[in-house]
Amino acid sequence: MSQPSMSEALGGVVRRDLLLAMRHRSDVAMSVFFVVIVASLFPLGVGPEAAVLRMIGPGVLWVTALLACLLSLGRLFTADYLDGVLEQTALIPQSLAVLVIGKVFAHWVVSGLPVVLLSPLLGLQFGLDGVTLGVLTLSLLLGTPTLSMIGAIGAALTLGLRGSGLLVALLVLPLFIPVLIFGAGAVTSSVSGIGSEANLSLLGACFLLSFAFAPWATAVALRIALE
Amino acid sequence: MGINWFKYSSPQAFHPLAGKMIPWFSVAAGLLIIIGLYIGFFVAPTDFQQGDSYRIIFVHVPAAWMSMFLYVIMAAWAGVGLGLNARPSFMMAQAIAPTGAMFTFIALLTGAMWGKPTWGAWWVWDARLTSELILLFQYIGIILLRAAIDDLRRADRASAVLALVGVVNVPIIYFSVRWWNTLHQGASVSMTASPKMATTMLTAMLIMTVGFWMYSFAVTLARVRCVILDRERQPMWGNQTSIQEVAEAR
Repeated sequence: MSQPSMSEALGGVVRRDLLLAMRHRSDVAMSVFFVVIVASLFPLGVGPEAAVLRMIGPGVLWVTALLACLLSLGRLFTADYLDGVLEQTALIPQSLAVLVIGKVFAHWVVSGLPVVLLSPLLGLQFGLDGVTLGVLTLSLLLGTPTLSMIGAIGAALTLGLRGSGLLVALLVLPLFIPVLIFGAGAVTSSVSGIGSEANLSLLGACFLLSFAFAPWATAVALRIALE
Repeated sequence: MGINWFKYSSPQAFHPLAGKMIPWFSVAAGLLIIIGLYIGFFVAPTDFQQGDSYRIIFVHVPAAWMSMFLYVIMAAWAGVGLGLNARPSFMMAQAIAPTGAMFTFIALLTGAMWGKPTWGAWWVWDARLTSELILLFQYIGIILLRAAIDDLRRADRASAVLALVGVVNVPIIYFSVRWWNTLHQGASVSMTASPKMATTMLTAMLIMTVGFWMYSFAVTLARVRCVILDRERQPMWGNQTSIQEVAEAR
């Protein structure tokens, strides 16, 4: 039997994970509805003052997206860990870091991308205007993959531990903070008309940095968990 | 005669050596901190803008430096442990974390005490303060992750990976006052330029820093001794040493 090439292995992981997600569609829907409900709670709690909503909107939507990513991290490796697929994946004669990129990409398509696509609609709830809605979507498009990349490290470190759901939040949220600051900052600066290029560039830098290092760190953490 | 470089990399050999070093570092720490505080509180001149409230920097700045130094050292031990698969390195990393967290907390606390009279606020969300707060969260996360894993080998290696990932934050803290337009003032002391403060102030601050270093050595070594005994209960020597120490304490 010939060995799978790197792209074959990567494609295989992505296809399998997406297929599994499609077989459990309610899981996907849950994170989307979580975002919708949480984002709708704020106007009810804070009051319908348009100026206030426009001011807190970017931050609220970003924090909501961040929490949605956090809550879905448990699904990233746990099922594969429990049924032994992860051990077999680690035996594939390809870099585990590349396979991790595949898994994180599939996870992002299922949990991050729906939030990105939904964000203009949620932004309307907070009275954001057209340009700002574009910046919001763009910032989430750049930021949510970074969140998934960083989150994968935490998910791998806490794999199979008791209380891992809370623990992963404690480990990962501090590392999410820069992304949150730049992401919400991009939208806020667009609202106040300063221009959001600087924050978007920093967000892009965060993405490249996490893309370069996080899969590798996740692979190391997975091997530790599998020992 | 060749020197055996790895003699003290065995916990059994390191345990008594650490015990011998602790009193020296403790005495040095006590003396230096007393001298530093004396110069800082009684000898150094009053600042013409901030009055006497500036004197907290003799604790604040060395503590903030230590919080970053200790993180880097902890991550370095963690890296050595992962690279060489050496248990004593992980023990050192484990022993450093609480001291680092304490200095981070002191830096934040004294910063707040200074901020209230000077800025009129206990806390502002500028880049320096936020990144230092993240550092505290990181220390706590590393300690909690270790505590949550029962298997020692996995606990060592997982917290090491987390420590190494978090190193990203250290340069962000250090350069935050230069990269962002922060309320926190820029560095008054640097390697490249002459310091922008009176010599007595600088002396007091440096003495305090060395004192904090000595304190960190003493406390870390004391803690690593406990860690060694805790982990080496199975080998005969560890068990005997524990019994001896308990007997001596009585």
